[in-house]
Amino acid sequence: MSHTGIGARVRRKEDARHLMGRGRFVGDIKMPGLRDVAFLRSTHAHARIRSVTKPAGAEGALYTVDDLAGLSPIVTRSTIPGYKESTHWPLASGKVRFVGEPVAMAVAANRAEAEDLCDAVLVDFDPLPVIASSEAGRAPDAPRIHEEWSDNLFLESGFDSEVEEVARTAPVKVTREYRTARQCMHPMEGKGVLAYWDYQASQLVVVTSTQVPHMIRTGLAECLGLDQARIRVMPPDVGGGFGYKCVLQPEEVLIAWLALTRKTPFRWVEDRREHLTAGANTRQHQYRITAYADERGRLLGLDAEVMVDTGAYSVWPFTACLEPSQIAGNLPGPYDFQAYRCKTYTVATNKPAFTPYRGVARPGVCFAMELTIDAIARAVGREPVDVRAENLVTADQMPFTNVTKKHFDSGDYPASLRRAREMIKMDEVRERQGAAEPDGRRIGLGFATYTEQSAHGTSVFSSWGLSVIPGFDQASVKITPDGGVEVRAGIHTIGQGLETTLAQIASEILTIPIDRITVTLGDTATTPYSTGAYASRGIVMSGGATSKAAQVVAGQVRRIAAHLMKCTPEEVELKDGRIFAGNRSITFADVGFAWYMRPDLLPAGVDSRGLEATEAYKPDVDSGVFSYATHAAVVAVDPKTGMVEILDYVIVEDCGRRVNPMIVEGQAYGGTAQGIGTALFEESPYDDLGQPLASTLLDYLLPGPTELPSIRMDHFETLSPYSAHGIKGVGEGGAIAPPAAIVNAINDALAPLGAELTQIPATPERILAAILAAKGQMEKSRETAA
Amino acid sequence: MKAPVFDYHRARSVQDALAALADGNGDAKPMAGGCSLGPMLNLRLARPTRVVDLRHAPELRRVEETSDRLIIGALWTHAEIEDGAMPCATNGFLPSVAHGIAYRAVRNRGTIGGSVAHADPAADWISTLLTLDARLLIHAPDGERQASIDTFMLGGYSTELGDDELLTGIVLPKLSSRGRWAYHKICRKTGEFAKAIGAVLHDPERGLTRVVCGAIERTPILLEETSAALGRAGPQAAAAVLRDEIDRRLSDHDAVFRQMHHTAVDRALAELGSK
Repeated sequence: MSHTGIGARVRRKEDARHLMGRGRFVGDIKMPGLRDVAFLRSTHAHARIRSVTKPAGAEGALYTVDDLAGLSPIVTRSTIPGYKESTHWPLASGKVRFVGEPVAMAVAANRAEAEDLCDAVLVDFDPLPVIASSEAGRAPDAPRIHEEWSDNLFLESGFDSEVEEVARTAPVKVTREYRTARQCMHPMEGKGVLAYWDYQASQLVVVTSTQVPHMIRTGLAECLGLDQARIRVMPPDVGGGFGYKCVLQPEEVLIAWLALTRKTPFRWVEDRREHLTAGANTRQHQYRITAYADERGRLLGLDAEVMVDTGAYSVWPFTACLEPSQIAGNLPGPYDFQAYRCKTYTVATNKPAFTPYRGVARPGVCFAMELTIDAIARAVGREPVDVRAENLVTADQMPFTNVTKKHFDSGDYPASLRRAREMIKMDEVRERQGAAEPDGRRIGLGFATYTEQSAHGTSVFSSWGLSVIPGFDQASVKITPDGGVEVRAGIHTIGQGLETTLAQIASEILTIPIDRITVTLGDTATTPYSTGAYASRGIVMSGGATSKAAQVVAGQVRRIAAHLMKCTPEEVELKDGRIFAGNRSITFADVGFAWYMRPDLLPAGVDSRGLEATEAYKPDVDSGVFSYATHAAVVAVDPKTGMVEILDYVIVEDCGRRVNPMIVEGQAYGGTAQGIGTALFEESPYDDLGQPLASTLLDYLLPGPTELPSIRMDHFETLSPYSAHGIKGVGEGGAIAPPAAIVNAINDALAPLGAELTQIPATPERILAAILAAKGQMEKSRETAA
Repeated sequence: MKAPVFDYHRARSVQDALAALADGNGDAKPMAGGCSLGPMLNLRLARPTRVVDLRHAPELRRVEETSDRLIIGALWTHAEIEDGAMPCATNGFLPSVAHGIAYRAVRNRGTIGGSVAHADPAADWISTLLTLDARLLIHAPDGERQASIDTFMLGGYSTELGDDELLTGIVLPKLSSRGRWAYHKICRKTGEFAKAIGAVLHDPERGLTRVVCGAIERTPILLEETSAALGRAGPQAAAAVLRDEIDRRLSDHDAVFRQMHHTAVDRALAELGSK
């Protein structure tokens, strides 16, 4: 029998249905009496609502905030001092704060008719001055997004460990300003929610495309004023989450309210235009960084000021504070230095509410830090890869606690850099750069090394002031009467392959092949509690719980089997899907049959829990297990057009024990594709009136197959000392490094022209502008010299 | 993002389509492949009361050859042109441009006439036909006329077509065996609309020497001085005057924009030189 446990490259269980188009997403569900919902959304970024006039005959089909009897607004609390809460009514109350904010809700037999109803509504807006950027939000005379606030800052926070001394004495000083674009996450399936009243269970059933079903139940109960036991959140297939679906959406609350109030089924399925405008909610940072170093490029200190364009509201449950906390905590990266100051401004603006996206702040901080490392290297005249190596935390320092108290558990960061350098053939690239390319393009090489804090738990989340703090995750494992296995966990499957990897972990312990293991996830009625799928935590937390529960069940199996085979439990061995005592063996079905059907065969004093267990798991050290990687890119930049081609791309990553190497690779490929989008293509620009300028995929470019390189990959497997099986999370990492590695490569290519890019995406226009500016600069200095 | 209510009329002939348009009192919209109108309906940016589907009018797929002209109906798809479903009068120019339009799925539906009538400044056909000095066949309720491509497009998404008129065909010159062309477009990614287009045609026997700069957010421009230099002294001479003409003609755009368009035309000239 082939091994399907930990480490096996088995095909994903979930792919059979997805590849046949037989998945069941919110949009696939048909129910008698189902009504579609459309939202009338604000066309103004900031305006008072003077009046909303509904067309005649629309009674019972059109709702504004005044019609939402019994509904409470979304208010997200935090224990961080100085944090300001926002009151977020799912339908705008009194005023609108971003383009795309729902103002009214229309119900009809189908989406088109619901949109017709929205068209017939007249909203009288009284426009207010708009805050379309972080700078505008911080201006002393800025209008308030939330009138009751003293300024427009959700939070002003940071970290300070004394940089003054270093600032005075450091021989090398490099200052840069960086910008990252506002983005949309673009899961293949947008947001969708369907809700109905289940009379039999006397429950509100919410079928929603979410990463965090159990938390959504809590959030909905708060807004609806309902007992949590009266709500069942039953997520169907979810076509990608990336963070977009880890928060309570206003639309989710509204559909649930409709079903609760009217006791009939309602559905809303987000369309791409809604996503591009009302969902343009992530990634936008601005940095001003000064790095201090010695003549070798050894980092002595870092002084940073960062602004996050947070949008109008604080998302539930992760708040507006998660991003700045992650920025201040992660900016030092995998490097060893002690003098660090980082001031963060979390600025409310007239844009959609900032939502954590795959990598949470780290693509931005990695971009800022890794570009700074390269800038230092240029300043001291050394290879960036050498300056990087000079500063990385080394293997013999592990476990290592850095300046922001990040506790790196294990790994060999410099080795990943060395291996990447070798795989990308740095010496050959440098040689090639010495000769002109026949097509006039310029070649550049860039590196980025990062850590990915995964499966961080209570202690970390409480330091971020998050009132929803993940503690233990639970999983249930049960042997069926015929010797199969059922695994249940409250985390959800969103494309990351958990149906397969949790089965592999159960298979590792019980030796039963995964095709006999059924994994049920997410449904609050049938699975134990989990805060859900986010922060690269699933495989460590739910995987750990599955492992623990499977071990308890293995013990139960051993004891019954020992009785059946007339030996001691210690003599029983689980192997190849059977149960052995020396040469004799029985099947799991024999044991299942005995427990469920033949109580007469059981030993006296048998464990009354039978063949099932629900166990909870949390790593002993819950500060997170750190995956890490080095990405390296070779690009060709056309200095006449600003176009960039990625010629080669290498990833050397370490996520501890890989439960399914193929899935790890898939995560890295997918994340890197998104990271390349961040690096080169994706941007949701806004004009000064807060109007989103990319409202279709004509304007918002996503990378496609022809824009993605063939990525070459290598892996280390440094087991974490803190987690079950030494597993580390790996869901986010791929998305973190590409902007840094690619823009470092672009800057390497442009260096002879004196041009440097500090903003993403690195569009042809920005690259050409940098080249033209450098050319102008050179001509000016030549004139001056003459 | 669902279309509002509209009437759908499937035209069986050009006359039928013209009647349906006239009957629409200015609120009827003809639809060819629907690649642009479809999304605009769904986004509710276009709100015609009636959509007149042209895909079932056989005259719109005509092919007629004279000694020096090829006339093709407006409803030939990009894919059919790419695949050479009709005779090629342009020494491979049209099939090559068609091959580079968007993705095959778009090419399977999108039509040359629909694209020209829609007049997206960044689309390929409008620049290509300007380079070829093509003429356009237009049917109006009171008869048929020909329009010059030089004046057909009034600006972005705006043409001289009246609400009750139809673009029914394209009149292409037949290039001589010495006729050479080059087409260079700069796109952010495969299948996207162009950021810059450079198109060059040189056919001394037919007296056609035209250099066009397209995707300039308005009607593509014929670069007269560059064209003249190309006719007089070849691609290198043309390239020598190109920068000045681009800078002058695109003076309302920034240096980055001009640089990109200069490059597109410059590379088209270089490609012509190497043919």
